[in-house]
Amino acid sequence: MSFTENETLVLDADVVVLGGGPAATWAAWSAASSGAKVVLADKGYCGTSGATASAGTGVWFVAPDPEKRAEAKASREALGGFLAEGDWQDRVLDQTYTNMHLLSEWGYPFSSDGGGKPQRGGLIGPHYMKLMRSIVKKAGVTILDHSPALELLVDEHGVGGVAGYQRQENRSYTVRAGAVVIATGGVAFLSNAVGTNVLTGDGALLAAEAGGVLSGMEFSNAYALSPLHSSSTRGAHYRYATFYHEDGSVVQGANMHARTPIAKALLKGQVYASFDQAPEEIQQHLRVSQVDFHTVFDRLGINPFKDKFPVTLRLEGTMRGTGGIQLTDFDCSTAVAGLYAAGDAATRELICGGFTGGGSHNSAWAMSSGTWAGAGAAGYATSLGDRARSRNLKGAGRAALRPTSSHNVEADEVIKGVQKEVFPYDKNYFRSEAVLTDSLDKLDRLWEHVQGEPNLKTRDIIKHRESVSLVANARWAYRSALHRTESRGMHKRIDRPDKDPSQQRRLLSGGLDEVWTEFDRNDPLPESFSTPIKEAIAV
Amino acid sequence: MIELVSETRCIECNLCVKVCPTNVFDKVDGGIPVIARGDDCQTCFMCEANCPVDALYVAPQPDRRVTVNEADLIATGLLGGFRENWGIGPGRIPNSARIDRNSLRRLQADLGGPG
Repeated sequence: MSFTENETLVLDADVVVLGGGPAATWAAWSAASSGAKVVLADKGYCGTSGATASAGTGVWFVAPDPEKRAEAKASREALGGFLAEGDWQDRVLDQTYTNMHLLSEWGYPFSSDGGGKPQRGGLIGPHYMKLMRSIVKKAGVTILDHSPALELLVDEHGVGGVAGYQRQENRSYTVRAGAVVIATGGVAFLSNAVGTNVLTGDGALLAAEAGGVLSGMEFSNAYALSPLHSSSTRGAHYRYATFYHEDGSVVQGANMHARTPIAKALLKGQVYASFDQAPEEIQQHLRVSQVDFHTVFDRLGINPFKDKFPVTLRLEGTMRGTGGIQLTDFDCSTAVAGLYAAGDAATRELICGGFTGGGSHNSAWAMSSGTWAGAGAAGYATSLGDRARSRNLKGAGRAALRPTSSHNVEADEVIKGVQKEVFPYDKNYFRSEAVLTDSLDKLDRLWEHVQGEPNLKTRDIIKHRESVSLVANARWAYRSALHRTESRGMHKRIDRPDKDPSQQRRLLSGGLDEVWTEFDRNDPLPESFSTPIKEAIAV
Repeated sequence: MIELVSETRCIECNLCVKVCPTNVFDKVDGGIPVIARGDDCQTCFMCEANCPVDALYVAPQPDRRVTVNEADLIATGLLGGFRENWGIGPGRIPNSARIDRNSLRRLQADLGGPG
């Protein structure tokens, strides 16, 4: 960016929402509908930003029939390592049901079931997010596109606004607000999984700098199957895939749910896939429902139902993983007063535990938690009244914004340094104490390094802050992975392959120079646990 | 990554500059937008989805540059493919209105098979 900087934009609001995807737009709509004056600030463009806009997603849409609901809740219980909570799941199922009906009313183009009723099992990204942008605008929200938040503004009472940069206007901005909603998505470490390169964990960094707490950061190693020379991470087709080694032999035991054999095979050589098990009738359906995936294959000149094409596993971090900012109540408030979180930026353990496969829970979580966070933030801002206007706020941002050392920092080198530790399957998919310790040593040194002066000639301040965020997120993830000395959900420790019943609870983390981790004392163990286990843990 | 801004098709509306989530394009006074930060392209096809005249082409490879030829892309029907397939543009039906999830689920149950 050039440094012929224009005059700072200063705005006042009741609620400022950070992010531009589903969670952010639902939060902004919800806050505005509660009567709040709302500003939405997105790093990219609200309507195209994030993992949803460029793809499509199933939705955890279940009719309010007690039997169906119970089945839906139970289906992922074991996969998630029994860390989800029934009351949160009930609330998400209810809210999602309501919101999907709202989308119908607002004109989302659902298909009909033949009897005139819309089929509400999924959403197509570009149509969904275009609609959400127009709904947010109609609700009177001020949208700032290309305006990433760089830091939170805080005082002794908590969060009272944000400061950021408008990259297409070449000017700084500040918004003073009674409450802030972080809905900036998860962290996918710039892995090129479609739509995720805006998801650099910025929200977790902002929260941690203000003293916030994270939860479940060990569940940050989701990898998605992807044709090698593409960004596409659509999953539905792999139900019909056969996986092959380079010599044409089948990768035994591999399927869309069992990725471990694929990850193991990829450590040794290239793996190929073909959707050669898809019956003709199914192929026709998939061509319509996964049209973006097929457009990519058209461009690659591949017929995926016949040809064998090279595949890879692309890191999707906490975007499809479940860790994020800890929520302290149903209104999506956090450990920091005035700070709310929603969508992938918040922990999704509450409904998924330590595992998510498809997007259906993620999209349901985004629209539900967004709706609650917006209303919660609006309520909090109202309770502050005029006091919100007279606060003495300071920027909470640190690395890259307020260097404490004079050496030169190159953002691109920092990003590569983090990726070298988090991408490899033999470090992050298959985890062990020795390898995690070695990676943490390197990541801790990177953290010291990013305290230097960002080189703004080669990279702008936004990129530098992103690189800082990646280091911070990787450190919380690996410190948590080291602390959880068992395998649970997507967290696989090859040196601790079994579940340890005493670790069936959430693991919290936070801190910047000193990263801390600790099991959540308020997360009670199930009644079924024997007294000796409970006593052992209480010590 | 983004490989083409067609000089013959572009009407200089600069929508791509506005909607690109990773800020890849720059507006040019009196000219068509330029790909100023191509390395930041995340291959999400959102610029194509929003281009009213199908002047943009994003190659599917996110990690390498490929050479494209506009005449070939037109001849093979690839230029504008995302808008056509998503059903974006005047007179088109959004693909979301054509997806029959219920039938797919029934078919999957009837045919059994893997997964």
